[in-house]
Amino acid sequence: MRTLLLTLAILALYAAHQDIWFWRSARPLVFGFLPVGLAYHALYCIAAAGLMWVLTRVAWPAHLDEGSRR
Amino acid sequence: MIPAVIVFCYLAIVLYIGIFAFRRSGPAARGQAEDYFLAGRALGPMVFLLSLFGTNMTAFTILGSAGHAFSNGIVTFGLMASSSALVIPLTLFFVGTRMWALGKRHGFMTPVQMFRDRWECGHIGTVIFALQAAMLVPYIIIGVMGGGAALRAISGGVVPYWLGGAVVALVVMSYVFFGGMRGTAWVNTFQTVLFLSFGAVALVVIARGMGGFPAAMESLLDAPATAPLLSRERISPAFFFSYTFIPLSTIAFPHITIFCLTARRVAQFKRTVIFYPLCILAIWLPCVFLGVAANAMTGAPRIQQKLEARQQLASAPASMEADERAALRRQAAGDDVVPIMLQQYAPLWLAGILGAGIMAAVMASDSQILALSTMFTEDVFAYYGGKARFGEAVQVQTGRIFVVILTVFAYLVALRAPQSIFDLAVQYAFSGYASLSVLLLAALFWKRSTKWGALAVALWTAFAVMYTARVPGALAWFGLMPVVPMTVISAALMALVSALTRPPSAATLARYRS
Repeated sequence: MRTLLLTLAILALYAAHQDIWFWRSARPLVFGFLPVGLAYHALYCIAAAGLMWVLTRVAWPAHLDEGSRR
Repeated sequence: MIPAVIVFCYLAIVLYIGIFAFRRSGPAARGQAEDYFLAGRALGPMVFLLSLFGTNMTAFTILGSAGHAFSNGIVTFGLMASSSALVIPLTLFFVGTRMWALGKRHGFMTPVQMFRDRWECGHIGTVIFALQAAMLVPYIIIGVMGGGAALRAISGGVVPYWLGGAVVALVVMSYVFFGGMRGTAWVNTFQTVLFLSFGAVALVVIARGMGGFPAAMESLLDAPATAPLLSRERISPAFFFSYTFIPLSTIAFPHITIFCLTARRVAQFKRTVIFYPLCILAIWLPCVFLGVAANAMTGAPRIQQKLEARQQLASAPASMEADERAALRRQAAGDDVVPIMLQQYAPLWLAGILGAGIMAAVMASDSQILALSTMFTEDVFAYYGGKARFGEAVQVQTGRIFVVILTVFAYLVALRAPQSIFDLAVQYAFSGYASLSVLLLAALFWKRSTKWGALAVALWTAFAVMYTARVPGALAWFGLMPVVPMTVISAALMALVSALTRPPSAATLARYRS
């Protein structure tokens, strides 16, 4: 179940990169100067960092450290 | 001249870091291949994060991204930055950690060593080595060219191109020669800190100089010619989607795969994968935004010339001569908009520090030189009996000699060949490496993959890179970029050819269970 949820989360974020909803609009200017399409993708980077944080918390391959000892 | 003096001081610091790294490894460790090529697999968490990020940031990040945004608008960030912010950490998480573990367990120092062992093959590994090396060399040449051009620009022409290229090549060669992976990683860490400072400082200084960004954005929105730069209406969704395949290339670049082997513990990947998207945000957002904002600098004569050239191109008749069109394109190109903005708005001393930031970006070829040297000594010299015959110390010396030969070769080519050829080669290499990422994924996650499947992927990638480079528009199916069919066909070939051929022995597969 956890694997399925994480896979869905990754796929959802990948799909969210294709933000056709802001395709043709520059307004509103976020903070008065950042076109909305650019602000969206800046937020997208933060969301990617959040997803990676979740992955490291719940799906970290800790066994690799053990298995790698020669 | 002040900026040039500051840049020379920066080069001296970088050189010192490399030599300090040499002293840091004791006399006993100096003759060991793992110490020279992989820093003894013992890099700490901060150096691992900052250096990995710095290794992946090239001149294009600062100069090229701003130039692309100057011509194409905010779409640059979505095309190149935010797609990388998701895909690169994911590949580090799933592929990088497993490569690290296999390297530690079996002593691998290059991806080809792993492929040879995993698929029980010899010469097919050599084919993959040759392909990886052929696609990596243009980067090294571009680095030397960028160094020459940047020093000439920063010194106002006092340092000629040939001398600037020679100085940069000599500095890079010296710290890679002496410091190996440890020196390169420390220099990259220092450079990443400069990158991060560069973006923030440049943004604040230029914003103040321009009288605030809100006014600049409003003026761009008011003009019909520049308003589309603030949205993505000129780019097709299929083209935009294609770019999400390009970051797959990162993990397949040998210098990145090899760098994954340098971490002391797998836990060091944790911080790296979390902070990587934030580092991308911190560096790319200012560069892209400044590139777009440069369109509002109509008072600056050099920017005005670029805008006029762009207008002429847009209204040019189809009958315009190719040479004339190419000259207009060069004039309209925006790779130098950030330096122009700095000259316009930053004080001299600050322009010097920021010039050092640009030099840091230009000098990213260090890890590629070291990776190629590691690959040559491990995949060719050691594999074909050199290590067994002459010993490990000679292998390390061979690696150092290779660094010198490669740098001198890159410098001589940089003096004679036009840059456009290598710009193109680098562009196609991204698609090539994305296509080669199938090798890593199959080796790590598909038991049934075989050496013949790997050979099919390598041969297809070599053919596709040459074909798309020679035939404009080739493989650009359904409005997608060639990288999509290249990668999908690679995966299909791996599946089909592997299914038809004999898998590796059960004993080998057992060693790859994780």
